[in-house]
Amino acid sequence: MKRFFRRGKGKGIEYIFLFFAFASIFFLGGIVFVLFRAGLPILRTVTLGEFILGRYWRPLFFEPPAYGIFPIILGSLWVTLGAMCIAIPLGVGAAIYIAEVASPRLKEILKPVMELFGAIPSVVYGFFGVVAFAPLIMRLFDLPIGLTALSASILLGLMALPTIVTVSEDVISSVPALYKEASYALGATKLETTLKVVLPAAFPGIVTAIILGMGRAIGETMVVMMVAGGSPVIPRSFLQPVRPMTATIGLEMGEAASGSPHMHALFGIGCVLFAMTLLFSIIAERFSSRFRRGVGM
Amino acid sequence: MRKFKEFVFRVFLHTIIVLSLMALFSVIYFIVIRGARVINWEFLTQMPRDSMTAGGIFPAIVGTFCLVLVAVLFALPLGVMAAIYLVEYARQGGVVRIIRTGVNTLAGVPSVVFGLFGMVMFVRLFGFGVSILSGGLTLGIMILPTIIRTSEEALLAVPQAFREASFALGATKWQTIYRIVLPNSISSILTGSILGIGRAAGDTASILFTAATFYIIHLPRSVFSEVQALPYHIYGLLTEGTHPQAQIPIAYGTATVLLFLVLSMSAVSIVMRNRFRRRKKW
Repeated sequence: MKRFFRRGKGKGIEYIFLFFAFASIFFLGGIVFVLFRAGLPILRTVTLGEFILGRYWRPLFFEPPAYGIFPIILGSLWVTLGAMCIAIPLGVGAAIYIAEVASPRLKEILKPVMELFGAIPSVVYGFFGVVAFAPLIMRLFDLPIGLTALSASILLGLMALPTIVTVSEDVISSVPALYKEASYALGATKLETTLKVVLPAAFPGIVTAIILGMGRAIGETMVVMMVAGGSPVIPRSFLQPVRPMTATIGLEMGEAASGSPHMHALFGIGCVLFAMTLLFSIIAERFSSRFRRGVGM
Repeated sequence: MRKFKEFVFRVFLHTIIVLSLMALFSVIYFIVIRGARVINWEFLTQMPRDSMTAGGIFPAIVGTFCLVLVAVLFALPLGVMAAIYLVEYARQGGVVRIIRTGVNTLAGVPSVVFGLFGMVMFVRLFGFGVSILSGGLTLGIMILPTIIRTSEEALLAVPQAFREASFALGATKWQTIYRIVLPNSISSILTGSILGIGRAAGDTASILFTAATFYIIHLPRSVFSEVQALPYHIYGLLTEGTHPQAQIPIAYGTATVLLFLVLSMSAVSIVMRNRFRRRKKW
């Protein structure tokens, strides 16, 4: 009887822990519910096609107002793409260096330093952008103002860099030493081994790292609020100001009246942003499990 | 030719790593070198004066501390319990997969989306208003995945033999967790959590609509007060206020304080974690 009780209590405790383990799911569900609950009503004002593909975002001071977020989505994609042009070559290169070339002692220093750089708050990058980087871009390209897609891209790239380095380095280091030794035994050099053995084996894992970095860039708010320039028009060049999704939400939420179409449209942007980051998470997860299976982990 | 290619490859990689480190370091250097000029004891302990153009940033420091405290009090117990379930109780299978996917997905949600959620949920629905409580809870949800992951790693590092020895003495599962597993992992759980705390202290987008304010010249009175916070203060000094030129030096100082806070916490966390990992043999 006593034993029965003890077992019953054990089960009870297990269920309590299970309940708390589901908290993440719970919050995730809450986020989805809140976003769509407040975002879907925009479809009473405009159709889904007009919302996603509409070319004009004029929520205020225009009669009639326009709620097309196409330029805003493009703004996000442009700065994310630009950021990746910086972060992928630097990040993967740095990861190869740390994993394959650096001496064990140097590796011991470089890895935590990179991780530490990853902890720099985004508002600091934004601040740096406003006071130092944008003026530089302005002078360099002889522009009227330095707050452009290019400035935001480069800063976002720097911000995503530590994520890509840290994750790629872990991946490259976990390629079994056996693969490399076999390659060296055949007389291959370090370069040949890295390019033809290590990188192909690590490829799916590196893709995961890149997508995690992209997720960070597309979801980043402060840098694009402060540095991207904020004009909601379809970008034609990297030297134009843009207004990505996160910046639009951050800049306009304060002035949108509660329950207005403008507010619903901002939550609608939130839905699109969430859907994109969800897609990134799923793709990253896929590639990550492919990598783990590939190297037999 | 092969030797030459090999040489070029090495030079190329060296260039990349030096370039990356220099770029990241220059961001910190540029700010700290200017921020150090304005930081002194008064700057850290005084209220802002003359409509934000003089005085200190004490309320922002206190505000950030309060927000982080609420976030940790909320996320740490929750995260540790979730990790205990995942490591100690769960059998591999559907439920664990769902929870893992949930945690990973939550980790990828942009902080501005957490801000939207917090605004609807805590500020409006629960009626907490724009306050320390709303912002702290929002930050807490944001750092939950970090806490779960580091706690999981810490629990997994406790040798299986410890648990078996405890079971062999007739202890129940709960007794084993409470008396053996937790005491042996709590220090690495805490050091790991500092990484999450650093993230919470530096995040702006999630407190934009839930907690932060720029113009305030007194300290928070309760968890229902709106607050200044270091990261938002930097943004506010640049974009609000009437004397932008006079505010910029204060922004440099604030950014330096924030960097010092976040980087030193992260450094402690990373160094301690690596030490724990190496010492795993017990």
